Amino acid sequence: MSPTAVHSLWTTAADPISKIDAPKIEYGQLSPTLIVISAAIVGVLVEAFVPRRSRYYAQVFVSVVALAAAFAAVVGLAAGGYATTKGHIAAMGAVAVDGPALFLQGVILLTGLVAVFTFAERRLDPEAHGNRVDSFAAQAASVPGSDSERAAVKAGFTTTEVFPLALFAIGGMLVFPAANDLLTLFVALEVFSLPLYLLCALARRKRIMSQEAAVKYFLLGAFASAFTLFGIALLYGYAGSVSYATIAQVVDGSVRTVDPALANTMGNDALLLIGGAMVVMGLLFKVGAVPFHMWTPDVYQGAPTPVTGFMAAATKVAAFGALLRLLYVVLPGLRWDWRPVMWAVAIVTMLGGAIVAITQTDIKRLLAYSSIAHAGFILAGVIAMNPDGISSVLFYLAAYSFVTLGAFAVVTLVRDAGGEATHLSKWAGLGRRSPLVAAVFAVFLLAFAGIPLTSGFAGKFAVFKAAAEGGATPLVVIGVISSAIAAFFYIRVIVLMFFSEPRPEGPTVAVPSPLTSTAIALGVAVTLVLGLAPQYFLDLAGQAGVFVR
Amino acid sequence: MNPVYYLYLAALLFTIGATGVLIRRNAIVVFMCVELMLNACNLAFVAFSRLHGNLDGQIIAFFTMVVAAAEVVVGLAIIVSLFRSRHSASVDDASLMKL
Repeated sequence: MSPTAVHSLWTTAADPISKIDAPKIEYGQLSPTLIVISAAIVGVLVEAFVPRRSRYYAQVFVSVVALAAAFAAVVGLAAGGYATTKGHIAAMGAVAVDGPALFLQGVILLTGLVAVFTFAERRLDPEAHGNRVDSFAAQAASVPGSDSERAAVKAGFTTTEVFPLALFAIGGMLVFPAANDLLTLFVALEVFSLPLYLLCALARRKRIMSQEAAVKYFLLGAFASAFTLFGIALLYGYAGSVSYATIAQVVDGSVRTVDPALANTMGNDALLLIGGAMVVMGLLFKVGAVPFHMWTPDVYQGAPTPVTGFMAAATKVAAFGALLRLLYVVLPGLRWDWRPVMWAVAIVTMLGGAIVAITQTDIKRLLAYSSIAHAGFILAGVIAMNPDGISSVLFYLAAYSFVTLGAFAVVTLVRDAGGEATHLSKWAGLGRRSPLVAAVFAVFLLAFAGIPLTSGFAGKFAVFKAAAEGGATPLVVIGVISSAIAAFFYIRVIVLMFFSEPRPEGPTVAVPSPLTSTAIALGVAVTLVLGLAPQYFLDLAGQAGVFVR
Repeated sequence: MNPVYYLYLAALLFTIGATGVLIRRNAIVVFMCVELMLNACNLAFVAFSRLHGNLDGQIIAFFTMVVAAAEVVVGLAIIVSLFRSRHSASVDDASLMKL
């Protein structure tokens, strides 16, 4: 036996390293997400190394610059043709860069930017021990009403961690509508949910209520994401892959190579139907559609109002983006199965949200139920299953998110001794005391109600038109009826503000800093522009409305 | 051993976890039940991975573990802060906002 032969018994030659292909990542096309996530990490470092006195300014600066830069990157990519002809799948099949993804990322970034303005507002709460304070707890870890909390307030602490948390959430939301495999979908879901759970718990006033809201949101959110994950496992079992394109091919039966294991699981429709239903359920939880809406009013009411506005606007955009992609790219072959179910969900969501909202006495809960009703209207567009369906949903999401942000920003202004005066009875006669604020809020309510010349009308019209063309006329009829029901309680608030006597001990309207004023002004501007001249933006959404597979 | 049995086990564990979330009162126990559901998902992923003979499912199991760990950090922080303010971790006591 020669020495070399003996040697070969002990070892085997390793394959040359060069055989492992390095993954090809298109950093330029992923730059919006990368910018936001790196800014969030910078924000964490700011918390660690910058002195407490200057942290607030550093955090606001980092967040605003990062969001603006990421938005510029999105516009650059869209101008480079990635939204239309050059749309493709980046990062080894994990992330799609196409029209809907870029459009929704742009909306999320603008919403996030405006939300950061409202987060940074420090003039509404009265000064505590000579320090300006924002709507977030002085120290989240201190027990409400304890000595440590008083000490933290006296020392002028503020929770500047909200800015990196918001950036992490925005980073996850950017990936969510662009995710092109189920694993990326799940990771993005958790990346944007976990910071939101924390943000909910950080209110300065009514802290126990805020913590309660966070516990409810967290437990129900974790429950829903466990369902999503099991659904992903079943879909993986069905198709042998988590890639959207492969699953779609297996569903269609157009897959090329079928090994015996796949041939076995492909025939098992239970895996596909249960798996698809569970994944869709997790997404419907995030958009707050009716059987899965229970968390919405409590969380919207308990969370700090700037966070509520951010959550209501941006989460809905991201989750509807992911839902659209899932239904239009992965499960179009299954539409005869999911359309009847989604019909039912849309109907109960529209009617349920509108009817229960009538009984509400708290303005934040009222807006929460109104957001449920709006989720139903958007679902009507999702069900349309035609190109107009995609573009009308995109337009509706853009219009709705700015109205929501503006409305919640107005809610932060109306205050009494206990913080924000959210009970509706306290809003009586607001129009006589501060006509401007009441008029602005009335514009937002009219937009929610879908009155012509506001963005709400253009959005609703587009969605219902698409649904009618897609053969969902009964859905449109029910949508119009529930719009009428919803209009009743929006108009009721307007009547309450303008036509009832102000109470002597009623709330005062705080004068905000330019930050919140900018947020509200942007909300009004977008509402009116999209209402008066929607065509350009409808065309934009129409051009962006093609998914890449 | 037939991998299908592992799927039955995963479905069983998932159901036990979901039932626990719905009927238990203590927030920590509810959370543990959610973790049980995530572990059931992991078992399903690994079983399907064996069934299909590709590694995707096993890789996903690692991702799930990392996500579950992050969820524990956030969840326990929230639950402990509520427990310290009201000396109870019961989800039935959290009813300030009931209509």
